[in-house]
Amino acid sequence: MKKLSVFNEINLVYPFELPALPYSYTALEPYIDAMTMEIHHTNHHGTYVSNLNAALDANPRKELPLFEIFQKIEEFPAAVRNNGGGHINHALFWKWMKFNENGKPEGELLKHIEKTFGGFSQFQEEFTKAALARFGSGWAWLILTENNELKIISTPNQDNPFMSIAETKGYPILGLDVWEHAYYLKYQNRRADYVKAFWNVVNWDEVKALYEKLIG
Amino acid sequence: MKKNFFLFIVAVLGLSAQHEFKPLPYAYDALEPYIDAQTMQIHYEKHHKNYYNNFISCYEKFPELKQMSMIEIFKNIEKFGPKVRNNGGGYWNHEFFWDCMIPGGKAIPVGEFSALFLKTFGTLEDFKKEFKEKALNFFGSGWVWLILDKNKQLKIVTTPNQDNPYMNISSEQGIPLLALDLWEHAYYLKYQNRRGDYIDNFFNVINWEKVAENYKSASRK
Repeated sequence: MKKLSVFNEINLVYPFELPALPYSYTALEPYIDAMTMEIHHTNHHGTYVSNLNAALDANPRKELPLFEIFQKIEEFPAAVRNNGGGHINHALFWKWMKFNENGKPEGELLKHIEKTFGGFSQFQEEFTKAALARFGSGWAWLILTENNELKIISTPNQDNPFMSIAETKGYPILGLDVWEHAYYLKYQNRRADYVKAFWNVVNWDEVKALYEKLIG
Repeated sequence: MKKNFFLFIVAVLGLSAQHEFKPLPYAYDALEPYIDAQTMQIHYEKHHKNYYNNFISCYEKFPELKQMSMIEIFKNIEKFGPKVRNNGGGYWNHEFFWDCMIPGGKAIPVGEFSALFLKTFGTLEDFKKEFKEKALNFFGSGWVWLILDKNKQLKIVTTPNQDNPYMNISSEQGIPLLALDLWEHAYYLKYQNRRGDYIDNFFNVINWEKVAENYKSASRK
């Protein structure tokens, strides 16, 4: 993967730290409630960070940038895969959200989405389908492949499209956490309602900026 | 007469009720404060029911499922695709799980099971420690089980998602004696990210008499 430097602003090297949330816990209300945001950020993401550090403490290759570790993730213990994924996935996820009711992408990104999926609403439908079809814990993603194609995929648990073991690799430009912890306090078994609410909190400016950097 | 006619019609239409959605064996609040009523209600009425409905909807594609026992289905699970695996598993695992619990819990009865149990794990506290460790180390959605394996040994194993140790695709197979649901939906409303507290509290409601019964029938197979 040649364009990983685009993601460099994320904390990528051991020892890892929990990044601050770019908005307050209440910022995404009522679509994502403050209690969920607080527990999700402090406890879930915080635990991935501390477990990742613990998993790498005694590893001679701990100084490698996390993205390089992802490129050969099968050589590392499961705890690095699970917690390394958990750290990066959440760090990106927070940046991909802001209060933005019925937001929509613009410019080249919108054109690319329309060309690939037939329209923005068709894109939303396909993304929703991927998020609902993921059985158990995981993520739904919009990725840009090395060949500059847009694709919607999903991964189990805390795997992500950067990882060497991913079925379809690429650069994620948008992702949705579909672990139950991401929505259970507010939506319980109604994952579909959570996915619907997500369209009101997508930070399309951030997604677009990431897309433009990747496409060059 | 009317009843016989009804049974005849049922038989003709093939509406055999082999796979039923059984009532919960206790009230939603019966396991309080260890497992809260709201969790029990949503878990049973929404999650469990949904797995059942989705499983039943697979009859259309695989009519033979109707006549097979769940165990037979699990032993041939790769023939039926992911929808049967996920929802058949979800249906049966939850039904089994409800029966593993009882208000107030029941102690391990003295007998063949307790002898093997103590020989395998040491004390009950040692068992709890190992069970909790396996449950905490399991990443993502799944289950932790106490099984009787093919060598008639007790073993603690985990399965991802709604798989179970009966399934021929499971890496560790055997007959389930005890189960604990590790999906976040099983504990999130009360315990959130504190899976360890949920496991500790589960130990207060285990129906060990039922587990010993499960052992008895498993050891005869």
